[in-house]
Amino acid sequence: MHLKFIQEIIDADVLAYEQGLDLDIKTAFGSDLMSDVLAYVEEDTLLITGLTNQQVIRTAEMLDLKAILFVRGKIPCQEVVALAEEKKILLMMTKETLFTVSGILYGSGLRGISI
Amino acid sequence: MKSYYKNDENVAMKLHYDVVRDDFSRAGEASSKIKMMLRQLAIDANIQRRIAIATYEAEINLVIHSYGGSIDVFIKPDCIEVYIEDVGPGIENVERAMSKGFSTATNVAREMGFGAGMGLPNMEKVCDTFVIESTLNVGTQIKMVVNY
Repeated sequence: MHLKFIQEIIDADVLAYEQGLDLDIKTAFGSDLMSDVLAYVEEDTLLITGLTNQQVIRTAEMLDLKAILFVRGKIPCQEVVALAEEKKILLMMTKETLFTVSGILYGSGLRGISI
Repeated sequence: MKSYYKNDENVAMKLHYDVVRDDFSRAGEASSKIKMMLRQLAIDANIQRRIAIATYEAEINLVIHSYGGSIDVFIKPDCIEVYIEDVGPGIENVERAMSKGFSTATNVAREMGFGAGMGLPNMEKVCDTFVIESTLNVGTQIKMVVNY
């Protein structure tokens, strides 16, 4: 699914690396536990999380993830945004909860990873 | 049981990083540098990813649990070896620490998204060979090998 399409249907704000909107992802994974992300997520997955610290960006970097969606209106600090820009990872933010935004995306055809 | 030892034979390139305890703001920097180096060397993307997960989980563990430690990466013609060594409290029951969900991490670590008890199991999962030795009140040593 095109990331620009995702951004539009959930009306997300773009916080970093806007060029990433041109890319596609295959699946999504929602979690605040970075070790679970590291354990289960493969490439081309949208990470949906309420955590906004540096370790989220590092986790995405290790897995070659292209995009992160922050939920519940969480905005990361400037250092985190800068690290995402440097690593070319698209950051988006929505005021919706993890549950709601996952439902909207699922309803639009996006699926989770298989574990 | 396999025992921990550093195998210096046939090393094409050695990388060494020191990791400081409780420095959460820099946690992941060493793993990031290792990953960039592997990419520059055009190592297969899947191998890069497995090493990245292994070193990153180990680096987080060093920050959370140890009094300080190091990560050594030996790049060899047929495999990549990662050696984690720390000075620290050691692990009381290694078998228990290896089980999914068991954790002794602090609240600070949990707020960072860690402490779910998946670190050591993740490290073992992505490696072809995994060796861990720990001595209480001395420290922990881990060897991880990923074959090409």
